[in-house]
Amino acid sequence: MQPADKAKTGGPQLILRSVGKVFGNDVVALRDVDMTINQGDFLSLLGPSGCGKSTALRLIAGLSSPTSGILDWRGPVMGKADIGFVFQEPTLMPWASVFDNVWLPLRLQGVSRADAKPQVEEVLSQVNLTGFENAVPRELSGGMKMRVSIARGLVTRPRVLLMDEPFAALDEITRFQLNSDLLTLWERERFTVIFVTHSVFESVFLSNRIVVMAAHPGRVFGEMDVDAPYPRDETFRTSEDYAHLTRKASSLLRSAMGIEGEGGDDHVLH
Amino acid sequence: MSSTEMQGHEAVMIDAEEMRRARQRKMEKTGKWLLPILIMCVAIFMWDRICVWNEIPRYILPRPGEVLATLIEDRGLLFSSLVNTLKITFLSLALAVAGGVGLSVLFTQSKWVEMSFFPFAVVLQVTPIVAIFPLINIYVDNQTTKLLLCAWIVAFFPILSNTTLGLNSVDRNLLDLFKLNGASRWQTLWHLRLPASMPYFLGGLKIAGGLALIGAVVAEFVAGASGLSSGLASRIIEAGYRLNAPRLFAALILISFTGILIFLVLSFISNRILRRWHESALTQER
Ligand SMILES: Nc1ncnc2c1ncn2[C@@H]1O[C@H](COP(=O)(O)OP(=O)(O)OP(=O)(O)O)[C@@H](O)[C@H]1O
Ligand SMILES: [Mg+2]
Repeated sequence: MQPADKAKTGGPQLILRSVGKVFGNDVVALRDVDMTINQGDFLSLLGPSGCGKSTALRLIAGLSSPTSGILDWRGPVMGKADIGFVFQEPTLMPWASVFDNVWLPLRLQGVSRADAKPQVEEVLSQVNLTGFENAVPRELSGGMKMRVSIARGLVTRPRVLLMDEPFAALDEITRFQLNSDLLTLWERERFTVIFVTHSVFESVFLSNRIVVMAAHPGRVFGEMDVDAPYPRDETFRTSEDYAHLTRKASSLLRSAMGIEGEGGDDHVLH
Repeated sequence: MSSTEMQGHEAVMIDAEEMRRARQRKMEKTGKWLLPILIMCVAIFMWDRICVWNEIPRYILPRPGEVLATLIEDRGLLFSSLVNTLKITFLSLALAVAGGVGLSVLFTQSKWVEMSFFPFAVVLQVTPIVAIFPLINIYVDNQTTKLLLCAWIVAFFPILSNTTLGLNSVDRNLLDLFKLNGASRWQTLWHLRLPASMPYFLGGLKIAGGLALIGAVVAEFVAGASGLSSGLASRIIEAGYRLNAPRLFAALILISFTGILIFLVLSFISNRILRRWHESALTQER
């Protein structure tokens, strides 16, 4: 199973070489981060609060620049539209309709409403929001707003989708649903996903690789492959494999946080 | 059995509670209109009675009926004066909107511009217009321009400061999203900053509407001393000289009704615009 799964991801797409970020107030947000992201990866960044996950994502998005090290993009030159970003909050424009919100990235590239229509409608149907084009954000539930936000991130067909704890504010039922929807989309399109999360369970369910980070200073602590085949559905959540993998991931996270004991038997597992 | 009874009882209780609340809402809604009107009527009635009981002469305090009669009798004069005042008010409000929004857009384009010019806007705002007017009187010849300038100075500041605040109160993540998609400065302004500042701007507009009227009237007052203006304020001054209290009251009432009307119209416009998205304009439905 593992080789079949591995075969789907391509070669390196982005290599971070000893990337560091120091903020003006002498906070070392990231130190010597080395990481390779492959074409088609679903990579989770897992770590405690303040370990620099959001900072790393912003660096990758080009929203801020590293104070040391380089980001080495491979393959065709990455243009702006090649990166989609989904924030923790839906961050929609409250005055604009669902359609206009999703149209925005295309609009900023100069695509007219009429020309954007097929693409916008397609992503909206992919996130199950057909028929809500004219609703405004406050008429939607929290989960629906998040779907709009995901649709907006996908509308330019980016090659890399960056997600910063996109489902953290949602209830569990909605989160599970959106997890599955996201996986379905990803399996179909195989864009690269870098997914920041606090949740061990979410990272194991979604990703093929997990990078665990530690804080003070923010750094990469360890990495694990999630050797479970796709497609993953709700039965995966109850499987023995899943339980095993979450134990492994949480023990890694615990060591990253410097918590010993209790997890002793887990260490035996990996 | 007892449990179903309990449930039934509870359901009735909830319904009663819901009904009571609905009734209260309805009462509050009518009360909002009815009570002020009622109090107003009582006050007018008391005014009338006090005049009669104390035998106050009409050149000191006219009875409400007399004021109303004057309002109707002198309507030609009064309303043409009102139109003059309104012209100044709305023209200066329009200029205040243009100036306030224009300047605040300029401010958000560059921190330096804001740092350099905002203090002057504050100086203009805190100096009493009555104290500035003599200067304006010296430098500006045209009567209408004088009044406009005066009303504009009073009205533009709330629009400037509110819109500046609004243009800067944009969700940082949305700004990042625009940056990520390579938005130009102009695109960010047009698609993000201006719409986001709308509620702030409209709040400023509501204040500025009232201030423009006040500015226009005050300007007329000061200018009226030189006997050239023809707005409602000069009617008041004139009536004061002639001890024509009924007309004075009539003019006063016209001014305050105009102020109320301006406020209501601007509130209505603002509610219309924000109806679908902003908290301040949401109805009870949630
Ligand atoms: N703009 C900034 N200026 C100064 N310090 C910052 C800035 N952004 C982040 N930091 C600091 O960098 C460190 C990492 O922050 P970051 O937001 O990347 O953490 P995170 O892993 O995303 O945390 P969380 O899970 O809570 O979102 C923190 O100590 C934070 O205080
Ligand atoms: Mg974060």
